[in-house]
Order: sequence, then C-alpha cells, then structure tokens
Amino acid sequence: METQYLPASGLLGSAWLLVVIPLLGAAVLLLGGRRLDKIGHLIGCATILLDFVLAVALVAALAGQPDGEKAVTDTLFSFIPVGELQVDIGLLLDPLSAVFILLITGVGALIHIYSVGYMGHDPDRRRFFAYMNLFVAAMLLLVLGNGYVVLYIGWEGVGLASYLLIAFWYRRPAAATAAKKAFIMNRVGDVGLIIAVFIMFATLGSTSFADVFAGASGLAAGTVTALGLLLLLGACGKSGQVPLQAWLPDAMEGPTPVSALIHAATMVTAGVYLIARSAPLFDLSETARTVVTIVGLVTLLYGAIVGCAYDDIKKVLAYSTVSQIGYMFLAVGLGPAGYAVAILHLLTHGFFKAGLFLGAGSVMHGMNDEVDMRKFGGLGSKMRITYITFALGYLALIGFPFLSGYYSKDLIIEVAFDSGGALGWILGGGAMLAAGLTAFYMTRLMVMTFFGRPRWDKDAHPHESPAVMTVPMIILSLGSVFAGFILVNVFPLGAWLEPVFGPEPEADHVVAPIVVSILTTVVVALGVAAAWFFVARREVPIRPPVNVSPVIKAARANLYGDAFNESVFMRPGQWLTRAMVYVDNRGVDGAVNGLAAGLGGTSGRLRRTQTGFVRSYALSMLGGALVVTMAFLAVRFV
Amino acid sequence: MPDLSAPSISYVGLAPVLIVLAAACLGVLIEAFAPRHLRWNVQVALALLGTVGALVAVVLVAGRNELTAARAVAVDGTALFLEGTIAALGALSILMFAERALDPAKSAFVASAALPVGSSADRKLAAAPYSQTEVFPLASFAIGGMMLFAASNNLLVMFVALEVLSLPLYLICGMARRRRLLSQESAVKYFLLGSFASAFFLYGLALIYGFSGSVDLGEIRESAARSGSSDALFVTGLALLIVGLLFKAGIAPFHAWTPDVYQGAPTPVTALMAACTKVAAFGAILRLLYVGFGTSEWTWRPLIYSIAIVSMVVGAILGITQTDVKRMLAYSSIAHAGFLLVGVIALGDAATAGRGLSSTLFYLLTYGLTTVGGFAVVTLVRDGDGEATHLSKWAGLASRSPLTAAVMTLFLLGLAGLPLTSGFTGKFAVFRAAIDDGAWPLVVIALLASAIAAFFYLRLVVLMYFSPPAEDGPTVGVPGLPTTIVLAVTAAATLILGLAPNAVLDLAEQAAVLVG
Repeated sequence: METQYLPASGLLGSAWLLVVIPLLGAAVLLLGGRRLDKIGHLIGCATILLDFVLAVALVAALAGQPDGEKAVTDTLFSFIPVGELQVDIGLLLDPLSAVFILLITGVGALIHIYSVGYMGHDPDRRRFFAYMNLFVAAMLLLVLGNGYVVLYIGWEGVGLASYLLIAFWYRRPAAATAAKKAFIMNRVGDVGLIIAVFIMFATLGSTSFADVFAGASGLAAGTVTALGLLLLLGACGKSGQVPLQAWLPDAMEGPTPVSALIHAATMVTAGVYLIARSAPLFDLSETARTVVTIVGLVTLLYGAIVGCAYDDIKKVLAYSTVSQIGYMFLAVGLGPAGYAVAILHLLTHGFFKAGLFLGAGSVMHGMNDEVDMRKFGGLGSKMRITYITFALGYLALIGFPFLSGYYSKDLIIEVAFDSGGALGWILGGGAMLAAGLTAFYMTRLMVMTFFGRPRWDKDAHPHESPAVMTVPMIILSLGSVFAGFILVNVFPLGAWLEPVFGPEPEADHVVAPIVVSILTTVVVALGVAAAWFFVARREVPIRPPVNVSPVIKAARANLYGDAFNESVFMRPGQWLTRAMVYVDNRGVDGAVNGLAAGLGGTSGRLRRTQTGFVRSYALSMLGGALVVTMAFLAVRFV
Repeated sequence: MPDLSAPSISYVGLAPVLIVLAAACLGVLIEAFAPRHLRWNVQVALALLGTVGALVAVVLVAGRNELTAARAVAVDGTALFLEGTIAALGALSILMFAERALDPAKSAFVASAALPVGSSADRKLAAAPYSQTEVFPLASFAIGGMMLFAASNNLLVMFVALEVLSLPLYLICGMARRRRLLSQESAVKYFLLGSFASAFFLYGLALIYGFSGSVDLGEIRESAARSGSSDALFVTGLALLIVGLLFKAGIAPFHAWTPDVYQGAPTPVTALMAACTKVAAFGAILRLLYVGFGTSEWTWRPLIYSIAIVSMVVGAILGITQTDVKRMLAYSSIAHAGFLLVGVIALGDAATAGRGLSSTLFYLLTYGLTTVGGFAVVTLVRDGDGEATHLSKWAGLASRSPLTAAVMTLFLLGLAGLPLTSGFTGKFAVFRAAIDDGAWPLVVIALLASAIAAFFYLRLVVLMYFSPPAEDGPTVGVPGLPTTIVLAVTAAATLILGLAPNAVLDLAEQAAVLVG
C-alpha cells in the first residue's frame, strides 16, 4: 500500500491547536498558582470541551475529503536540524488519528466533568486539572505526530502525566511507590522504543512515518523484525502487557478519574496505537506479529485469571484492563485482518471501561473511599444510577449479545481462529476461555458490590453521587450499549480505517462466525453461572478465606508476577547497587580520599620547608640555582 | 676610534614608559613641594594619569615594530601588549592604593614608615588619618620599571629595569598600616632575596657577555648560532639569567619569598606584585628565551619543562594546607606561573608560530585581572586588626554579605579555570598551544595540578556558602569608589573574557610579534 500524506490546508491545518489548547490550560493552571483554585476546574473542563468541539470539526472536515486524500500532514517547525539528522515537528491527521482524537477529547471531556464532582473536596483540585490537561495535550501529540520522534515526545509526555497523577496524593507512600514503579517499568519499554527510533535513523536516515514506511520494504528482514520487537517492547511498557504489566494495577493508587481516563481508556492503549500505526512495518515481519499475538494471548489470560482473585474493586478493573488490552494486542498482531478490529475493541473498551471506572469511583465516593468489595454489598438500591450504568458497562464488557463488547470481542476471537493452523486454534481457544473468565470475575464484582446483604462499615452511609458525576456515567453507558452496533453497522469503522490499513482481506473462515458467536456466548453464560453459583449463592465473608486452593493463592499473588520481578530484577538489582556502593565507598572513595590524604600529607610536610627564615629561603634558592645550572650543563655536556 | 654618535631614540615608541616615569618623577617633586592637605589627591590623580596615560599611549602607538635606543628597547606587539597590560593592572592597583573608605584611618599605608613599631609616636599616629603619599610615586616607578623590563632587548637595560621595579616594591612592601612588623619583615625578606636573585642575574649577564661580547639579545642569538651554543660560559650564563627571572616571576623552586611577602605586604601592594610583577617578569622571560636564546631552544626547553611541572605541583599542593587567604593566593600565583610556563614551552614551529606567545600574553592579562580582583575582595573583609585574612574568618560570609561572596566566588572560579570564566579561556589557550607543540604530557600534569588547585579555591567557596558564620566574624567594609571600580572592572573582565574572549584573543594573536 502506498502511503501518501497531503499537506494540510484550511481547517485541517489547525490540528496543532488541539495540542496547544490543553497545553496552555495546563500552563495557566500550573503557573497561576493558588489564585486559580476557585476556577481551576472550570478552565480545565473548558479547554477540553473546546478541544472536543475542534476535534469533531476536524474529523468532519477529514470525512469530507475525497477518497485517497484522507491523510493530511502539517509540518510545524524544525526540531533537530543537526547534520544528517533532520527532525521536523509535524502533525498527521488521518482516519486512525481521527478516531483517537475523538476518543481522547470525548472521553477526556466527560471525565474532566466527572472530576469536578469527584475531586470537589480535594484542596489540590487545580493541580489535578493541570496534570489532566497536560495528559490530554501529550496524548494528542502522541497520536497526531507524523513521525516517531514526535510520537516519542507525546509518549514521554503521557508517561510524565501518568507519573504525576498516580502520585497525585504523593503523601501516601503507596501512591508514591506506585508512581515510581510505573515510571521505572515504563522506562524499560521506552528504551525499546527509542532504540527502535535510533535504528530507523541509522538504517533509513529518517524517523518520519512517511519515510520509514516507504523505506521499510528495502530493509533486511532481521532489521524489520528487530524494529517490530523493539516497538513491541515499548508498547508492552506503556500498555501494561506481560512482562511489563505489573505497574498498571498498582497505578490504581491514583484518583479514580485518572484510572478511568489514563489507565483504562486512553494512555494504556497507546501501545495498540503504536503497533497499529506501525502496521506497514509489522506487515513485513511474520515473527514480530506472532510475538505480538503471543504477548496478547498470555496477557489476556493472565489478566482474566488474576482478576478473579482480587477483592479490590479497582484492582479487578485494572486486571480486566490488562486482559482487554491483551485482546487488542492479539488482534493487532494478527495483521491486516485484525488492525481495524483491534481499534474497534479499543474504542468500545474505552467507553465501557471508562464507565466502569467512573462507576467504581462513584461507589467509592459514596462509601468513604472504600475499595474492598467484601465491605460492599447491596448497593444497587442505594445508588440506582450508578448501579444501572455500571450494569450496562458490565454487560458490554462480558460481551452480552448486541452490546458493544459483543461486537468487538467476538470479532477478535473470530479473527484469531481464522489465522489458521495450530496457533489459530490456541489463540482463538485462549481468547474464548478468557471471555468466560471475564464473565466470571465481572459477575463476581457485580454481585459483591451491588447485590446481597450489606456488609458495610459502621460509619458508611452510601448515597448516590451528584449529577456532575452521574451524567458522564450515563453518557458513557449509552456508548457502552450502542458504540459497537454503530461502529459496525452505521458508521463501519473498517471502511473508515481502510485508507490506513488497506482493504480488509477476504476472510477465510476456519470456524463459521455464527458458531464462534454462539460458542462465545455459551462460554460467557457459563462464566456468569459459575460466578452466580460460587459467589451469589453463598454468604460473602468479610475476611477473605485463608484455606484456599493453590490456584487461588497464586492468582491472589497475581500469579507471582510481582514476586518474579522482585526476585529476578529487584533483589539482584539491590545486590548490584549494594556492591557498587561498596566499591564506590571503599574502592573509588578510598582511592580518592587516599589520594587527597596523600596530597594533604605531602602538603603538610612540604610546608615545613617554608620556615620563615630568610637564610633557609636563600639556601633553597642557591640549591635551585645549582640544580638549574648543573642540569643545563648536564644537558649540554653529558 | 669607534663612532660615538648618539643613538636615535623613538620617543613615540617609548611614550608609554616615559609617561609613567614622568608621573613618578613629578610625584617626587610634589611630595617635596605641595602642601600636605593637597598631596593625597594630587598624588592619586598623577599616578592614575600616568598609568592611564600610558595605556592610551599604548593604544596610539600600537602597530609599531621596531628597536629603538640603539636596539636597547623593543617597541613591538608583545612589548606594547605587555606594557598595556601592566599599565591597566597598575592603574587598578593604584585605585586600590587610593581607597579611603575601608580602613578607619583612611589608608592602607602607614603614617610614618620610619617610626619604630610600637613606639609612642607610632601608637599616636596609628589612628591618625595621615599616610605616606610617597607610595604613589614609588608605585609609579615600579610600574615604569616593569614596563621597561618587559620591553628591554638588552640585558643591561633589563637589569636596570629589574632594579627600577624592585627597589620601590621592597620599600612599599614595608609600609602597611596594620601588622607593621609582619610588613617590615616581608620587606626585608623580599629585599634580601631579591638582591640575591639580582646577583644571579648579574653574574649570568657577565658570563653571557664573556661568551658573546655583547649584551644585545639579537647579537647574543647570533653568536650562539655561530658557535653552536655549547660553550660552558654560555650555558651557565643562561642558567643564571633564568634563575634571576624565575625569582621575579615567583616560580618554584625560587618561590620561597612569595607567600611571606604576599602576606606581609599591604594588600594593594600585593595585588600590584601578584599581577604586574608577574606580567613584567614573564615579558622578560619570553623576550630572553624567544629573542636572545631562540636558536638554542633545546638547551633551555627541558629545563623550563621541568620547572613548569615543579611550579604547578608545588603551588597546587602547598596551597591545600594554607589557612590564610593571602598566602593561599600566593601559592595560587606560584601554580599559575607554572601554567604560564606551559605556554612559554609552546614556542611552536612555522605552522603554529606565535600560538604559545599569544596564549601566554592572553593568560597574563586574564590572570592579572582576576588576581587584582581577588585581592581587592580581601581588602573588604576586615575585623578590629585590619583585614581578616584567616580562612576561618571567612566562614559563612555569604550569609552576611552575599554580593561580596558572589564576587569572590567568581574570582576563585576564574582562578580555578572553570568554564565561562576568563581563567578557563586562558588555560585552554595555553594548553592547546602546548598540545599543538607536542607537549601533551606537560598538559596532562597541568590538568592534574589544576584539579588539585581547584580544591583550595572551592574550599573557600564552600566555606563562604555552606559554613555557619563565625560568631566574632569580620565585617565586610563598604568600599569607596576606587575599590568599587576595581571590583567592577575585574569581575566584568573575568566574566566577559570567559564568555566572549574572541576579540581579546585576536588582539593577543596580532600582538604576538617579537622584533630583535
């Protein structure tokens, strides 16, 4: 497929405003200081709403472009003009980035509005909105960049915003630690991405999408595979995929709107965007794509299994996010058949997962920030709107027929089977199994939270949240219900993305779609039934039972993911730092201090020659003169 | 019968030296005839007029390249650059001499140097607002002598100039108002050792005359070229001449006088010695080695090479254990003399001709300006006994007087050779010249010595900023106009020559011409 980007003109040339508006908002909020405390949240919401309006206008304008001209690029300024390295800052607006800017500004605006209520009692609400604006700006730059370097700037920008927001309550040690963990694990991925950029520059002399994709076919197969795997490493870090998944559940220490926007709907999908955007590279490497699918499969199973064992409502949702992004990776790794499907799931997931997080936030808001589901129960009657919107999100997530998740997840499982061969069966079977597990853990969550006998703390007075919070939840729940149907039947996403990914290949079905659909629905129903049988029919103990099977123990310990990281990386790392500190203290410092002491001692001894007596000075001069003269004579005559 | 017609003298070319010496002579007359209440102002004005006039004359004369007064004095780029440098640094030192606001008795100089220390008359005069205004003509004589020293193309003239610059310095070293005994001791030491060094110089001169039959540097070079420069007379004479000059420049192992004299002398005089004497002595060294003994480079080069090492190492290492700011700056000057010799080594071949010379000229200028500034700050920090020069007194100075501490930090960083200060540019220039000339081992040692020396500069910075202030700490005087001008000029120069040194580097490059 020939990639052609046309220069932007007219309204399309104002895409840079999308990035600048929230950035300005962040700057004003941060520099304005406490004076803006009273109106900070209004500024934050206004900028994002304005951005959303602009995004809608831009996408409408892009849709109005004739076929074949639906990708416009706009070079803003020269960023790094050094020798052969010429990096321009430029934006690319095409159907793919259009989808993302709508998602980011749309969901972003809703969550901003929700945060007005959720953060209402926080004295640092202005700072919160500043960081959120910063995040939106960085995320938009990430998806709008016309080259890997611009993407990387946004990539690091969202990493920074994520770090700042996870540690928003930085006085809590857990939040500070979680932020550090997120930052460090992301660095691992970022190194992969930046090395990929270096390789592009070294082999192709450019880092812009147009040049890289045009030149990729001329690269050696090994180079393309290396590029793909390095990009995958970056994507794994940002999207919380195995083996770099451990930071994402911990990131729930941040305020819940942050979890909804950054750690569910947008930022964590940046990895999917990166791979989808790099489709022309991945198309050239079967190996890289296979690794992507395996990473996706392992992650989606991992997240689903661990999600079954946790009692913290946000952690369950977080593992669910890990798992759902695993689905997206699986799809995107399947190549041309899967790109559009992955983006479809990304969008529907953006709606229902953001809605679920906002619902969880609403529950916490009413329950004194309690997150332990064992202390919930029977909240359905106290929080009607939260309950209904949450339930719709839940149904969408488990893939209840004709809700959003049904369309997107079914398609992924279908495409996985269609990839053929033994691998196809493994991928499809695993994805279907995980759908059942998803149904199980989500039903468990629903039951423990909204049904059954109340197990509240004594001082809990559950109440419905204010309208400023419930309205965004309602809108997102509508999206959870209808987005799938609309994006498949009304405005087909596949057709819209065709200019980016090329025409979808003719499907060669291994298993008939209808069979997949029915089977999946059956598996989901089994999951729901199992949860009903194991959770709803029994009394939920307030303390988690101790005598449980090894499987549950392993799942509670997130399948020893943290333990693995700690024993394989953290402890040896600590030993290494301790050894280096020892070497530094004893060896380096010892040498330096010894040298200094030696010099000082020499100085002290030499100083004694400075007696203050003229006679000894004169003697030293005479000695010096003798030495000089002798040396001269020696040089000449010996 | 030899032709005895009088040599032609280019008065224009000699104008810078003549102006300063004329101001000095006039100063003596004023001392004799002007009424006492006028003397101070007139002397200050005259001394400044002399030095600034000399600087103006240098600018006007610039571009000449000739030998005048029967080849005895050179008027060339190097001579004029050095004369200008000495005149400028001299003018700054004179301004420090003229400071009235810092000492309660209105001067750093004693009221009557002839009175025995501690006598009743001395005690009576201790707080009296009088001082010996002879210091101004004496300083002018010294500055004139220095300018001639750097320009002389004849060993006898060089010797005369050496004495003209030295004798007044011996005197004014002993004229401190505070700590008079220390000051007088330093004067006597300087005088005795200086005479000793002059004797070496004179003996060397005699031997060289015996070898070549001439005291003219050009003729010495020619006779050395003729006879292969391996005569014992020649070699010994050269060695003794170098010893005499190394003494004046305060280069180890002939440095022993430096700390004692720098510490004892009144600080404005120390500034004059540390800056101007060093410039003059290096001017003479450059001229002697490059003009008189340029063809016998391989005789003196190994020696200068090792002496540079000794001086850098001794200055840097001994500086570490000093507890007095003035002594510390003295050892700093010894180390810097070693760095300057690194530039002297880089005589260069045809391709890099003048690189060593021009970089040494530039280094002299930057070092002189920064050093004068450093000593000017020393005059500000005072307690009941005058200047508080013990390091412990400087603890926490930044909290009491942030501006003073900041300015001193700038000078110390300049002396340490940190980038963005003139010290870095100067060091970079001489080291590059030396590396171009293949003397990289010397540069490695110079860098190590710089690192060691940085310790004691930075220690003072740390002391000023990160130590709690001493309880009975010194007060920081508010300088009058003269010292303020000195501080402003030197601080600005330290910064500007670090940030945008190109104009001055080009000037030094153009000036790197030696005739003879």
